[in-house]
Amino acid sequence: MKESADWDLIIKPRGSLFDIHLSDLWNYRDLIILFIKRDFTAQYKQTVLGPLWHLIQPIMTTAIFLLIFGKIANIPTDGIYPKVLFYLSGITIWNYFAACLTNTSNTFVQNSAIYGKVYFPRLVIPISIVFSSLIRLGIQFLLLLAAMIWFSFKGFPIHFGWNWLLIPMLVLLVAGIGLGLGIIISSLTTKYRDFTILIAFVVQLLMYVTPIGYPMSFLANSRYRKIIDLNPLSGIVESFRYVLFGKGHFDSNGLWYSFGFMSIALLVGLLIFSKVERSFMDTV
Amino acid sequence: MPPVVIKVENLSKQYRLGEVSTGSLAHDINRLWYKVRGKEDPYLKLGEENDRTKKGESDYVWALRDVSFDVRQGDILGIIGRNGAGKSTLLKILSRTTTPTSGTAKIKGRVASLLEVGTGFHPELSGRDNIFLNGAILGMSRNEIRKKFDEIVDFAGVERYIDTPVKRYSSGMYVRLAFGVAAHLEPEILIVDEVLAVGDAEFQKKCLGKMKDVSGNEGRTVLFVSHNMTAMNSLCDSTIYMRNGQIVAMGETTEIINAYLSSGSEISTRRIWQNGTMPGDEVARLLKARLIDKEGNDADVVDFYKESGMEFTYEVLKDGYNPIPNLHLYNQKGDLVLISSESIGTPLSSKGIYRAIMRIPPHFLNDGRYIAGIAASTLIPERVHFYEPEALIFDVIEDMNLRDTEYRGVIPGTVRPKFQWETRKTN
Repeated sequence: MKESADWDLIIKPRGSLFDIHLSDLWNYRDLIILFIKRDFTAQYKQTVLGPLWHLIQPIMTTAIFLLIFGKIANIPTDGIYPKVLFYLSGITIWNYFAACLTNTSNTFVQNSAIYGKVYFPRLVIPISIVFSSLIRLGIQFLLLLAAMIWFSFKGFPIHFGWNWLLIPMLVLLVAGIGLGLGIIISSLTTKYRDFTILIAFVVQLLMYVTPIGYPMSFLANSRYRKIIDLNPLSGIVESFRYVLFGKGHFDSNGLWYSFGFMSIALLVGLLIFSKVERSFMDTV
Repeated sequence: MPPVVIKVENLSKQYRLGEVSTGSLAHDINRLWYKVRGKEDPYLKLGEENDRTKKGESDYVWALRDVSFDVRQGDILGIIGRNGAGKSTLLKILSRTTTPTSGTAKIKGRVASLLEVGTGFHPELSGRDNIFLNGAILGMSRNEIRKKFDEIVDFAGVERYIDTPVKRYSSGMYVRLAFGVAAHLEPEILIVDEVLAVGDAEFQKKCLGKMKDVSGNEGRTVLFVSHNMTAMNSLCDSTIYMRNGQIVAMGETTEIINAYLSSGSEISTRRIWQNGTMPGDEVARLLKARLIDKEGNDADVVDFYKESGMEFTYEVLKDGYNPIPNLHLYNQKGDLVLISSESIGTPLSSKGIYRAIMRIPPHFLNDGRYIAGIAASTLIPERVHFYEPEALIFDVIEDMNLRDTEYRGVIPGTVRPKFQWETRKTN
């Protein structure tokens, strides 16, 4: 009876806390790509406007913001003119965050059918969501560019420069924070569905404590400034605008804060997620 | 002897019954408190055998308890047992969709599990896209799928529809495509659960053939759960028989299947439930049940050639509901033979004690063992007041001297009604 000891896989009750297997993800990169493709193509099947919806949503939101924050409340825009670009830029980056967070926070519940039938690294799904949302961000960013170019003919020139290279870094920060918080919440929803309900409006409310409809400078002397400072997205949004328009301020301290926040969210998220993924089928 | 590729050692799995709610939060906190103090999880001491027919004392049950076995390379191992015996839990642990509570399973080689065909199929995507997606979910790389693509399409016979969204497929095409992907996986170990329950007979044959090829010619190992004893018999070299989360027997397939079929439950033709154990809710509860003959006397068996019946007594405790007595009859293989209920319009809603009788005509149930589940349910809004799954267990026997044919062998079939025949010479 020959029995070699080198098993490929040992199934045990519970591995250690740091039993995460990120390398497994690389082996499943084809699956990630296929999920991205599925998310993107399946979303707009049987719609008339298809991916055009990606453009309609930010345009409408910008119009509302322009009306409420710009005209009715008459809040300044940090010297960024026309105001449309101020709002559109904020909404573009915010939408990416909101998409990453809300869609990844559903991971376990929405995919329980498929998770229950076959094993693959569970992180494949949230990661593919972050990437497929990136495509949407790309489309909306093109819209923003188009708007900037259009306004450049109206006497508002574009400030291209080396600092545009910072944009991917900012996007990475947003993705990291969205993913980190998303997988934490998705892990909690397996047992307590309350979080699903919570996240739906928390994301909405969060937008109001992020400088989307107003600049940070508007709050310079306000006692509420602290709340906005605590929001890890504030620095990113402000810096995003600074990079694009050369006005407002580049908040490097805020960015370091965001980076720290992202690292912790991702680390905690990975730990909780990998603990939950082993047994969530019993509670979901 | 080929090497051992799956080694399962003392594998156990505990489930908590009931809903996840504030109660579970309290348990979680309690558990955490024990953990903080470095003590053992208090709830692991609880738990009992998973016999779903008995009402348990504890909220925790062992779906799997101390299961150990080895599988050698190239084996086709069958797993049989009644529903709830732990078969699926075992497969789920081996395919890593859930984790065991204790024990280990060691596996050598790549595992692909087919707990369902078409996992991850997206109705809006074309057959082509779904082949790639499903293949990748099952662990194939895009290159592997590309190589097998034509073979899969050919196996499924859907060439014409390959660029049509699968939501337009007939259910047969859907299943064939899904199984096609699965059958062309090249894992060292294939875990299959009941997928043959779907598809037409010809396709089932094709699948069985494919699975045999997989293990026979290519040296792969297959773990196979099914209620289809014929498929089991023709496919598996050895079989495990499970009951209540434990292995009862393991060995040569035919022997094990026979043991399984004849093990059946103990006969019980007269039941009286004591106060406190009566099945039921606050509206209705079951008091007594018995097997009777035509005259209403106690019966031990049902005579195939005579009328018989099942009688049960229940109490309605509350007005305002309309509990309809009904009866679910299963044969020994666990197939549902029939469900029958009192007809509507019978006044059943007022408080009091009721006696229901379901009469079985002669020449109806074939000989063999039957299990009767007894229930009362209000239909609108739907609510089951009690359901006792194995209320009565009895045999139907036939007196061969009364048979009206020369043939004295076994006449298969679940029922054997006496239909009218007219055969005349016409020339």
